[in-house]
Amino acid sequence: MASLGRLLTATRGRGKLDWTDWASYLYLGLGTLLMLGPVLWLALSSLKSPSGLIEFPPTLLPQEQVRAAVPNYPNPLPLYRITKGDHAGQTLAEVRKIGLQATMVDPAAPETLIRVPIDDRSKIMRLHAAWDNYTDLLKKFDFGRYLWNSVFITTVATIITLLLNSMAAFALSKYKFAGREPVFLMMLATLMIPPTIILVPNYLIAAVLGLTDNPWGVIWPAVATPTGVFLLRQYMLTLPDDLLEAARMDNASEWRIYWRIVLPLSKPALAVLAIFSVMWRWNEFLWPMVVLGRNETFTLPLALNSFQGELTTQWNYLLAMTVVTLVPVTVIFALLQRHITQGIASAGVK
Amino acid sequence: MLASVSLRAGVATAALLALGAAASAEAADIRIACYSDGNECPATKTLAERFMKDNADIHITIDEMPYKQILESVPVQLAAGNGPDIARVSDFAQVAPYQLDLTPYLKDAAYWQQAYGPVLDWMRAGPEDKGIYGLMTQLTVSAPIVNKTLFDQAGVPVPAKGATWDDWAAAALKVAKATKTPYGMAWDRSGARFSGPAISEGAKFFYSAGHPPVVDAGFKAMAAKFVKWNQDGTIDKDVWVSTGGGYRDAFEEFANGKIAVYLSGSWQLARLQKQIGDGFEWTIGAAPCGPAACTGLPGGAGFVAFKGTKSPKEVGRFLDYLASEPVYAEWMVMTSNLPANVDLQKKKLDYKLSPAGVAAMTAFQDNATTLTPLAYKLQGSQLSRPMFNATVDRISQAISGQITLDQAYERITSDVADAAAAKAKK
Amino acid sequence: MLSTAARWFGRLYALVMNLPERPMRWAQGHLPDGRLGWLFVGPNLAIFGVFTFLPIVIDFYYAGTGGTNLLPTERPWVGTENFSSLLACKDYFDPNSCVRDQFWYAIWNTSKFVVLQVALMLVFSLTTALVLNRKIIGRGFFRAAFFYPVLLSPVVVALIWKWVLQRDGVLNAALVGGGMQPVEWLLGARSAFGWTVFVSIWAHMGFYTLILLAGLQAIPADIYEAASMDAAPPWRVFRRITLPLLMPSVLVVFVLGLIRAVQIFDEVYVLTGGGPGSATTYLVEFIYNTGFSSQVRQYGLAAAASLLLAGVLLVLTLVQLRGMRGTKGDSRG
Repeated sequence: MASLGRLLTATRGRGKLDWTDWASYLYLGLGTLLMLGPVLWLALSSLKSPSGLIEFPPTLLPQEQVRAAVPNYPNPLPLYRITKGDHAGQTLAEVRKIGLQATMVDPAAPETLIRVPIDDRSKIMRLHAAWDNYTDLLKKFDFGRYLWNSVFITTVATIITLLLNSMAAFALSKYKFAGREPVFLMMLATLMIPPTIILVPNYLIAAVLGLTDNPWGVIWPAVATPTGVFLLRQYMLTLPDDLLEAARMDNASEWRIYWRIVLPLSKPALAVLAIFSVMWRWNEFLWPMVVLGRNETFTLPLALNSFQGELTTQWNYLLAMTVVTLVPVTVIFALLQRHITQGIASAGVK
Repeated sequence: MLASVSLRAGVATAALLALGAAASAEAADIRIACYSDGNECPATKTLAERFMKDNADIHITIDEMPYKQILESVPVQLAAGNGPDIARVSDFAQVAPYQLDLTPYLKDAAYWQQAYGPVLDWMRAGPEDKGIYGLMTQLTVSAPIVNKTLFDQAGVPVPAKGATWDDWAAAALKVAKATKTPYGMAWDRSGARFSGPAISEGAKFFYSAGHPPVVDAGFKAMAAKFVKWNQDGTIDKDVWVSTGGGYRDAFEEFANGKIAVYLSGSWQLARLQKQIGDGFEWTIGAAPCGPAACTGLPGGAGFVAFKGTKSPKEVGRFLDYLASEPVYAEWMVMTSNLPANVDLQKKKLDYKLSPAGVAAMTAFQDNATTLTPLAYKLQGSQLSRPMFNATVDRISQAISGQITLDQAYERITSDVADAAAAKAKK
Repeated sequence: MLSTAARWFGRLYALVMNLPERPMRWAQGHLPDGRLGWLFVGPNLAIFGVFTFLPIVIDFYYAGTGGTNLLPTERPWVGTENFSSLLACKDYFDPNSCVRDQFWYAIWNTSKFVVLQVALMLVFSLTTALVLNRKIIGRGFFRAAFFYPVLLSPVVVALIWKWVLQRDGVLNAALVGGGMQPVEWLLGARSAFGWTVFVSIWAHMGFYTLILLAGLQAIPADIYEAASMDAAPPWRVFRRITLPLLMPSVLVVFVLGLIRAVQIFDEVYVLTGGGPGSATTYLVEFIYNTGFSSQVRQYGLAAAASLLLAGVLLVLTLVQLRGMRGTKGDSRG
């Protein structure tokens, strides 16, 4: 108990919480609410039925109207609590509604029909998660195939990215050769090009190379990332050259130095690039949408998006699909968050 | 003996298998890029599977994708020479350069001319073009959708056939005030939706040289009314103002009971049934009038064939199959759509809908009969989309106060002229 | 279990990476000195060339052509017409007086956005980093919470906020619950603009916070101890010690944030679509609308606007390079 107390009050050097600590916790608490709250809200909303979604004010948890089986009626009828009039306090089931009047029955005495103004009653709700937002979605398409396409593109592109970027970074950081500076500057300069503005020429090139409707059409244009080269180069610059010289003394080839010494030493930076690459490829949308025109090549985001028509937005599906795309990223992050945040922090500034 | 029989049987089986493989390898592969507003793609798939059973030499794959993907990627793919064989398109001008004239591949082109005559023009490049480029998957018609429950609560009668837009606006506002509903009316954010009322008000859109000045007295009259209604709270201004470029519907507002009158169209039927259900009573109003007409705007999407296809004959055969009257009728029933086939328009299709749905379908069909030739012509114009787009963009700016209405008129004129000039540069 | 996996991974790694050993050794023996570097840079550079430089070159060609055809070979040459129409303005401060009013709205919107977004982002990520640098219980959790939105795709980010901000959304429900009137957040030009700034900060500040936090943790503790011995007031410690030593990290954040802000597109495109009117139409969105999503694709015009944007970005790059050259000297020296 005493140790818990100490833990709670452990602040910068001093023994007890002063107002700056309170302010800090308040700031962090509000910040966390702001960062995670909207995502949680979205996840909760994705379990609501279409009628639950348009309810205002919205309920925190997904609900639906209670229905009861009433003798003589084939389908279960929705239940209401009567708030005013002769039947106030009773629970009645609605048979039909015409304009402002509803025809209702008492489930206990289904023979007599009762007419109630619709303003004099309120729906009886209960908690209910509309999992069919998800099951409908998964039924609509071959989920396994799209997941596989996404996983394939993400994995292969990340491996190639790591290999090619680290090779380039190795040369740019450890060799002096004519043209090194211009190459580096050119790569950096393209960091500034928003991908949107080269979309159309890129498609024409992909078409000429036969890369359309093919996962490689997403992979190849994505692997030569300037960010990756930059990040790895900056990291490799900090590796001492003596190590390389020692290996050269032992008659190791340059290629061997690269993969036996430099790469293992660059693990932290490689890990960060791997995380970035997975994130980029998994979330990539615009380019795959242009280059992949056939259903069987769709990635998960494309497939999940495929039921949006010209004239309709169905929020219940849209929300469910959003949750489906963010779950894998969230799970991986939850498992690896320590490594990810520390890795980015340590590699990001070097 | 026994061994030789089984051997022979084995050889025969192998030969059969090989033959089968050869046959399927020869099968013409047709790819259809499709998007659904409701269940158009699955319904087409059902029909395609039936078609493939009788036509083993054709293999059809339907790639369902979002509308935006077809709009934005398919033209690029076609330009690069590797697009689909058929695509469901609603903006035909975009893909016009790549369209395939199906006339030589159809069994009976005269039937197409007769049954689909009025809408074939929509896929044509101009008045001198006589080609047949595709099959409309439905005809849509814009119309006011009414929250009858709100009107009943307010004790205001729903404007009858022949009522003007001013009557409708006044009634809607009255209902909103009486029932404490935030707004009386909402229009989808769409130039097409605006154009119906504008034509009713007297807008001509086309003049002799074929060059559209767009903005004339009739157009201005409607635009001024529309902006005024947005500013005085008759119309929910969120719908037009809160979005930047592009389409936005107001269905959620209507389903939510936030508006009494909703100008949208027949394609909303499935959602009206599914999402509103017994939430409140809704009906379809007759097209409101202006001094010139009582018209909405027709529209719709169609399957268009492309020149790049390797199997034009097979594409023709499949579209012939879909276009034949019984199949087309079945297709319309499956998707709860209005037929673009003039013979079927005169018949009563047996829609599998609730009583409210059937009543709505009949009302939409009635509205289709009051569409003016100008409304058809406008929808079919190669410049209709730029006109609609400019209208939406500039009128929204005027509503939000960014520019004046006069500036908006100028901009609409110059935007459309700019688009026309860009298109003219080949 | 884990170590077996690691061993297998090690073996696989050695097996694969040994494959190019012979050709590379051969090349090392036969290439003249200083050329081996090209061999390592080559593959990356080739892909770069094909999928980044070549498209930029094609963009240059597009910028000089007109019409709506997408194939470069079928487009008529129009010279500088696209540029002159973009730049034709009676008064550069009034977009309505320009031929391409949307372009100038986009320019002014982007300028306002960049200034506000970068400044606020710096303030918030610095504050968060400073708070996280204290002895805080659950620091790892808070750090992760602030970083989490960075992982989300822009489309998801925009959908999340659209859902929160819509008229019947949870934010308005909270307002109504507090007895206030609901606000149409994305309807007013000012509030929509403000939300685009907010949402883009929300989505990216975690990344910059981490960089600044790492910078703070790299400041040696003994400097602070010396300061506390002198009983220097905290504000002075911050100004005289923390800020100067953190400057290199702040500069990195500033430049990266600046470049990202100029390129803002996806989140805003989904969140507001550039509206209301053109209040949140930024430059990349203008380019996208003109060349890609509008009904008449004026790709020449879009390419010309892209090149103008690229010019601005190039200037920013030079600033960045100069900035980084400056930091090298005084960061850990």
